[in-house]
Amino acid sequence: MSPDPAADQESTRHPLSPARTLDVDPLLDDPKTRIVVCCGSGGVGKTTTAAALGLRAAERGRKVVVLTIDPARRLAQSMGIDSLDNTPRRVKDVDGGGELHAMMLDMKRTFDEIVEAHADRERAAAILSNPFYQSLSAGFAGTQEYMAMEKLGQLRARNEWDLIVVDTPPSRSALDFLDAPKRLGSFLDGRLIRLLTAPAKLGGRAGMKFLNVGMSMMTGTLGKLLGGQLLKDVQTFVSAMDTTFGGFRTRADATYKLLQAPGTAFLVVAAPERDALREAAYFVERLAAEDMPLAGLVLNRVHGSGAARLSAERALAAAENLVEPRIVDQDGGKAGLRNSPDPYGSSESPASEPHSPGADGDVDQLTAGLLRLHADRMQLLSREQRTRDRFTTLHPEVAVAEVAALPGDVHDLAGLRNIGDRLTANRPELPETAVDPRD
Amino acid sequence: MSRLQVVSGKGGTGKTTVAAALALALATEGKRTLLVEVEGRQGIAQLFETEALPYEERKIAVAPGGGEVYALAIDPELALLDYLQMFYKLGGAGRALKKLGAIDFATTIAPGLRDVLLTGKACEAVRRKDKSGRFAYDYVVMDAPPTGRITRFLNVNDEVAGLAKIGPIHNQAQAVMRVLKSKETAVHLVTLLEEMPVQETADGIAELRAAKLPVGRIMVNMVRPEVLDAADLELVRSVPRSSVARALSAAGLGGARRGGNAEKLVDPLLEQAEEYAERYELEHEQRAVLAELGLPLHELPLLAEGMDLAGLYELATELRKQGMS
Repeated sequence: MSPDPAADQESTRHPLSPARTLDVDPLLDDPKTRIVVCCGSGGVGKTTTAAALGLRAAERGRKVVVLTIDPARRLAQSMGIDSLDNTPRRVKDVDGGGELHAMMLDMKRTFDEIVEAHADRERAAAILSNPFYQSLSAGFAGTQEYMAMEKLGQLRARNEWDLIVVDTPPSRSALDFLDAPKRLGSFLDGRLIRLLTAPAKLGGRAGMKFLNVGMSMMTGTLGKLLGGQLLKDVQTFVSAMDTTFGGFRTRADATYKLLQAPGTAFLVVAAPERDALREAAYFVERLAAEDMPLAGLVLNRVHGSGAARLSAERALAAAENLVEPRIVDQDGGKAGLRNSPDPYGSSESPASEPHSPGADGDVDQLTAGLLRLHADRMQLLSREQRTRDRFTTLHPEVAVAEVAALPGDVHDLAGLRNIGDRLTANRPELPETAVDPRD
Repeated sequence: MSRLQVVSGKGGTGKTTVAAALALALATEGKRTLLVEVEGRQGIAQLFETEALPYEERKIAVAPGGGEVYALAIDPELALLDYLQMFYKLGGAGRALKKLGAIDFATTIAPGLRDVLLTGKACEAVRRKDKSGRFAYDYVVMDAPPTGRITRFLNVNDEVAGLAKIGPIHNQAQAVMRVLKSKETAVHLVTLLEEMPVQETADGIAELRAAKLPVGRIMVNMVRPEVLDAADLELVRSVPRSSVARALSAAGLGGARRGGNAEKLVDPLLEQAEEYAERYELEHEQRAVLAELGLPLHELPLLAEGMDLAGLYELATELRKQGMS
């Protein structure tokens, strides 16, 4: 009798010990949770996670708005927000007592709105038509991050939703959105701007000669570098901005404080891959350094297997057992010797039902394929587990929610609902399926 | 083969890996390549398992046949100071500029200036010659920003040239643009056989073409091996569970009767096959979409052991086999 495969490893569900398990539902249900920020590196399913969380919270009774930055077209369409109009739209066909609204960030529009809200019509027009402003608002370094945070602040201020779920921009560094408001704020409020707008005034005081020299050299250099006309555009832009709404930094600080507030929860999203988890670890450390409240890690696309007791090695060995005799058969002129005594000593097999040799060979080949597929799956599983364990060893304090991988992409509410279920089921195994009626 | 190879791709598709493998592949037979990083993530150093790269061209690998791969992480701030020094002999003034926030301004806020500095540095390496008049690098491979930003990133020079209508920045931008839009440059897009990355690749190509930037090839990364073919998948749908159970039992995995160990494996294995079938079909659809884009396609295998230095050499060999060098 061959050894029982079940005896190999008794329980191969990989428990997350010693890490804690992140319970998403209590977080979503808690009325004190007002903002959930999903962050992480590109390509880990951040936007999908944000949408799935939003849908789940809404179907559990909350009034939710999801702010997405750059959703894949079909994901956006699944929520009915295929138009880029910068306004929250109610998503139809949401079950339960809550509401789901979704919007896609239009950063230029958001920037324009700030200008329009804070300047009189004439001045606003002057700013909006300034070439420097047009470049800045159309998405150079940091603008998208800044506008995402600005929009978050606006949505929160409207107080129309109990929960705002935010997706963060696919930044060159996952942390840009934390830095961008400060950077843009300090630039627009900064010394350089004062200098550009009024060099004479600043340098005119007595005893400031040295500085004066430095400054004229600097404006000179900038002028040389950028060309006089661009410098002039910048100056016009800045003075227009300055007089209409100073305090960019104040706004940035307010947004920053909002992120630190108790009602905010950060979720770091990752996939069980080395780079994504490295980025996640970096993110966790950075959030801690900034006193940002981290709720936990969402680990997307975790694979499982219903046959995890069968190791990759055994599966491969078994596959070879099945295929080798067939090769012998072929050498022997396809004699179909499938009824040769079972060389593997299993007393329970093979059954004596008559089978045509050809079909039997096909089944053997298929079964060998199934076993090889399983071996691949088990190798993937152990690689994912190693990668994740490395993270949990570094950060045992971080609660983790695992989301079982889907074979395909998500592009409708049912798919998002499914992700939500997987997110809270917290087990990488495949969901139970109905008994196969074939047998 | 263009001398400036720009590698972009959706986040998570492994563009840094592909860029590094390409740099290795191009460095065969005594050639010298420069692998350039522009996003400050130190992805190259991690891949080559070395310490963080400084703003300095440094040899990081030797390719089979004696070629060499150099790497450079371009830091926009240092690139600007470099540039000021090169053209204005302003080295010392750099510090004063920094104090005033001008460097911050120039490298993080000023429209596109950062990107001009990054692409400008890469183009400088492409054009650089040694004393004997030979190119310093045979190829420069750039690990570029992701697909969603690549056109803007490369085209930014145009934008800056429009914004700064005169002056050295204007001239610099024009010069860089001439290289980027010429046959000297090829922009490759890395994708996976999944819907979102493929869609983004198609969109990216359309944008690049609209901006008249030279599109190179599509690199399909992490392609899973074909374990079951179409005939197998056909059979999966019709095969009696009991036959599979008997085959498993014959392979030494326990009893085939109901409740036997082999029998208990049947459902999970068939379920995994169904998932595989679903993905198989999706992958075929995505391959068809990619084929319609009318660009040369390369496929790189998913490495079962995950990505490491050995894997990188494996991918480089694969690229060479597929005629990428």
